[in-house]
Amino acid sequence: MGIVSPGFQGRRRPAEPNLPPGQYLTEDFPVLSAGPTPRVSLTDWEFVLSTETGAESRWSWDEMWALPTETPTVDIHCVTHWSKLGTNWRGVSVDTLLDGVDTAADYALVHSYGGYTTNLPLDDLRDGQAWIVHQYDGADLPAEHGGPARLLVPHLYFWKSAKWVRGIRLGLTDEPGFWETAGYHDYGDPWREQRYQGD
Amino acid sequence: MTEQLHPEQPRMDYVDGNMLAGPLQEVFAVDLTTATGRCASCGQTGPVAALRVYSNAPGVVARCPSCTEVMLRLVRTPDSAWLDLRGSTFLQIPMPAESFTTPGPVAM
Ligand SMILES: [Zn+2]
Repeated sequence: MGIVSPGFQGRRRPAEPNLPPGQYLTEDFPVLSAGPTPRVSLTDWEFVLSTETGAESRWSWDEMWALPTETPTVDIHCVTHWSKLGTNWRGVSVDTLLDGVDTAADYALVHSYGGYTTNLPLDDLRDGQAWIVHQYDGADLPAEHGGPARLLVPHLYFWKSAKWVRGIRLGLTDEPGFWETAGYHDYGDPWREQRYQGD
Repeated sequence: MTEQLHPEQPRMDYVDGNMLAGPLQEVFAVDLTTATGRCASCGQTGPVAALRVYSNAPGVVARCPSCTEVMLRLVRTPDSAWLDLRGSTFLQIPMPAESFTTPGPVAM
């Protein structure tokens, strides 16, 4: 068709101010996966935070969820162009895990059960910007979406929100992760459309 | 708390390596799915077509059918292709029998 009368708004969506450039809105929750879904029993699950000195803090499943939790409602943006607005999660703020951890690190490498890794500046995990979440929409996080627990860093492209999260390694140097060593942007800000290296 | 929270049926979340024909043919002049690759992790050797390919992802990830480690990754950006083969020790690519003309003795 292609003919639009002046002033006719039709079924065109109102401009969505919460949608970064190059993204479209989705109502479902696409499952992206670079490998088999790891199966981790909750008795074996643990989360390890290590610093540049090798010092480690560990939480078992029960210890993690004995910590105070928050219920962030956030927009998420996948580098494959879909965005989902107003998603509801429950988890522990990474600030809570970092509380009392002595570190001079500027960088974090997040690692997962199954071997996935992703890197980001430590500052992007602080100040209420990141959580370890174990519930989505009021229910246990399904394995295909990263359960039993995943990282949630909604202000960066969603590949930074590592599924099946196992730990965070803090370091003095930036160590690129799984997609960051294969052409994807080191930082991944959806509002600056930092999809690929050089963007 | 000992129960498995997410008992799920095993699900086919990958396709076989024949899927790589298109993406790799874009980069190479030959069909690499008939090549034989060796897994750098476990040493399993077999056809690229037998790899387990996860393509519902920001890139294409091909894993060893024996140990599931990554053998090949391919990311297509608007202006380049990023190929990572560090998980493969080698790719043995079938080629037509070599037919080259032996250079003759150099005339002095
Ligand atoms: Zn292998």
